[in-house]
Amino acid sequence: MSDWIEVGTLNDIPKLGARVVSRAEGDIAVFRTADDKVFALRDKCPHKGGQLSQGIVHGDRVACPMHDWKIGLDNGIAIAPDEGCAASFPIKMEGEKIMLSLTPNEGCPNK
Amino acid sequence: MKEKLVVIGNGMAGIRTVEELLKIDEERYDITVFGAEPYGNYNRIMLSPVLAGDKTIDEIMLNDMQWYKDNNVTLHSGKEVTSIDRVNKKVIADDGTEESYDRLLIATGSDPFIIPVPGNDLEGVISFRDIKDVDSMIAAAKEHKHAVVIGGGLLGLEAANGLMQQGMSVTVVHLMDKLMERQMDGPAAAMLKESLEERGLHFLMEAATESIIGKNRVEKVHFKDGSEIYADLVVMAVGIKPNVKLAKEAGIHCERGIVVNDTLQTYDPSIYSVGECAQHRGIAYGLVAPLFEMAKVCANHLAKMGIGIYEGTMTSTKLKVTGIDLFSAGDFIGDETTDELVFQDKARGVYRKIVVKDNKILGAVMYGDTIDGTWYFDLMRDETDISEFRENLLFGQAHLGDSGHGDDSRVAAMSDSAEICGCNGVTKGDIVNAITVNKIFTLDEVRAHTKASSSCGSCTGLVESLMSHVLGGEFSTAPHLKPMCGCTDKSHDAVREAIETQEYKSVQTVMEAMEWKTPNGCSKCRPAINYYLVCKFPELKLDDAQSRFINERAHANIQGDGTYSVIPRMWGGMTTPQELRAVADAAEKFNLETVHVTGGQRIGLYGLKKEELPEIWDDLNKAGMVSGHAYGKALRTVKTCVGKDWCRFGTQDSTGLGIKLEKMSWGSWMPHKFKMAASGCPRNCAEATIKDYGVVCVDSGYEIHVGGNGGIKVRATDLLCNVETEEEVLEYSAAYIQLYREEAHYLERTAPWIERVGLNHVKEALIDNPEKRKELAERFNFSQTFMQDDPWEERAKGAEAHEFTPIKVIG
Repeated sequence: MSDWIEVGTLNDIPKLGARVVSRAEGDIAVFRTADDKVFALRDKCPHKGGQLSQGIVHGDRVACPMHDWKIGLDNGIAIAPDEGCAASFPIKMEGEKIMLSLTPNEGCPNK
Repeated sequence: MKEKLVVIGNGMAGIRTVEELLKIDEERYDITVFGAEPYGNYNRIMLSPVLAGDKTIDEIMLNDMQWYKDNNVTLHSGKEVTSIDRVNKKVIADDGTEESYDRLLIATGSDPFIIPVPGNDLEGVISFRDIKDVDSMIAAAKEHKHAVVIGGGLLGLEAANGLMQQGMSVTVVHLMDKLMERQMDGPAAAMLKESLEERGLHFLMEAATESIIGKNRVEKVHFKDGSEIYADLVVMAVGIKPNVKLAKEAGIHCERGIVVNDTLQTYDPSIYSVGECAQHRGIAYGLVAPLFEMAKVCANHLAKMGIGIYEGTMTSTKLKVTGIDLFSAGDFIGDETTDELVFQDKARGVYRKIVVKDNKILGAVMYGDTIDGTWYFDLMRDETDISEFRENLLFGQAHLGDSGHGDDSRVAAMSDSAEICGCNGVTKGDIVNAITVNKIFTLDEVRAHTKASSSCGSCTGLVESLMSHVLGGEFSTAPHLKPMCGCTDKSHDAVREAIETQEYKSVQTVMEAMEWKTPNGCSKCRPAINYYLVCKFPELKLDDAQSRFINERAHANIQGDGTYSVIPRMWGGMTTPQELRAVADAAEKFNLETVHVTGGQRIGLYGLKKEELPEIWDDLNKAGMVSGHAYGKALRTVKTCVGKDWCRFGTQDSTGLGIKLEKMSWGSWMPHKFKMAASGCPRNCAEATIKDYGVVCVDSGYEIHVGGNGGIKVRATDLLCNVETEEEVLEYSAAYIQLYREEAHYLERTAPWIERVGLNHVKEALIDNPEKRKELAERFNFSQTFMQDDPWEERAKGAEAHEFTPIKVIG
């Protein structure tokens, strides 16, 4: 994989919060959990397109601000009984630096 | 190695517990279930409709054999456990099968009570308990004619009705002088008897059975007064007794049932018991609702989460005989200290009696039209003060008009395509389908599967009625104290009390100390706890941005397309050319297409990108304008009319008063949004009587109105009192807001709050007790000294910058 880009450091994102990576093909939300895990999802809820980056992060999930769908941060899949997914993007940490791959993980068509 | 859990009893209680356990911890146990019957788990309460031919066995199966396979649960069906070896921790079945356990769950249910008379073991004498009994009744009906049902209680009448549907001539024999004496009072029981007689059932009242006579098969039933009747089939339905034999023989302490504590453990801590065989705080339940609650708590402890206790269940009864509706709950007899509200219309076959004490419902019994049973039950369980609508109580929820409950709940008559939930477009058919296909029992499950009642909640009553209609009235109602959300069993009030007494200072501390089940809560509980902390300790500025919804975190309203709206305050609905110029300049500068005059007398600007917010705020600040909190659970607007300065009818300076009210209370966070208004005369042009707090000026002073709202269910205000001066209006307003802030649950507006606690409660605090009123007002004013910083100004100057900028821009 050659498309890793640095998007910022861990401290740029509040705990239980998110920031947006803005790009022409559609924004990507980068989340930070209470235990400092970092995940990236396409910033678009599979339900009605709400910005997941604006939701409340809890555990390894985010609640969409529009209609409170819960989306799993690790895989982008909606928590049952809701159905759908937002594409997830690989993240790797290099020390405090957050590296994001712009090639989404397989499995979800909503890129 | 996994631990081993053995369940004795493959019925509703045992399997429900297993299901609850698998939901929260799939991995902990190897699970083995013993069931004496050769079936999967079926819905025992639906046996009556099966007997009556309304349903088939397949339709009442809850867990078929495939379910056990899918969930890796070993089922020994058709094997009866005959002993428990507590020393070696194993159970032994009648065919010699042995299973060892680490934890054991006894869910053996109950046995029908067989009256000790000669002949009770003859062929053709049976009870009404399981599929086998139903099979033998249906078989008997094919060959024989005369059935006698001993017992005129719930079960006996359902059996009698079923046998009659199968073509038999049925006589019900009852020891007492009225039917269902534990669930019905005199008039209701008489109407029931009459209606069943019209359908063709025969009754022998006050008849004590002496013996059952016959050579091999039953032929006659003989009574103590010497009379006899013919019988080819006798069904004993005089009651049930908890099945404690196995537990007793194993030396586990039993009274009427197997004695369990609040965590459903028996005197042997590795052995649990749930369902009809268990006795909790002296009560052995014979209904379904309690066992769902028991199952939840028990599963929780089996999963070693160590939270949740079972505190007993309030139960209600419905008879499952098609075409006959009766309902009872609580204490429906009453005594000299209670009031009886009675409605009776013999010709229509309708009877309702509600027993009331101190304006709270203690119990209810209904016959004929029972659609309001769920509503009365809720009022009873929540101990709602009914004084506001007492005069209309008997006529039901649909007759409450504009006091906020109005809704026609006649769900049975609705077509499948009728829309129940308007927010999410869910029809009656969708909900019925979800209930039957997914075999669900609770409101939360219906919400999860269909989304009905999960948005604004105004259709909750309708959904509950529908569930009760589909499930035969036995659906699991919420426990007495509703938990805040799925993360906890604690109620809103319990959390507030803990913050008060334990002085917890952060959302995380509250969740840890109160044993939350999730690591950091969810989008329901975190904003609530955050509010409670902000309300309790204003001086500490504890606000946790990540526990706020986006609108309150970003101080602007997120719109459907992801842009934001901005609405600055216009005090008391007054503005100036300078302010209007600043709004117009901002609209042009940011190229905003939509500029809207809001319902709260101010101007909204729509279509801003999040990054643009600090800049537009800075522009508006320069013209002296501050955040209107139009996005928040907070003081919104104070609507006014122009009052006596201009209007020929005006009696007081309503505009000036409105501005004073708004200057006093802006910036305060509330359980929900809060709107005020001041009208200059009783013509009420500012619509003060549908606001949370409304002032109507009159010649002699000011009327203060509380608890109104427009919105989903319009509720007109209640008149709180009349006062003479503006100073009093302001003091009452501060005290009222503070009472609401300190007592209402998060996301509860003043209208439902007042309906829950009663207007008298508010009057006691504000009118009867001037000291308390002054203290409340002082607490509000103290809190306000920390709240009145314009959030826009802080952010325009750079606070929380990360909220408004992307972390990275690509390309």
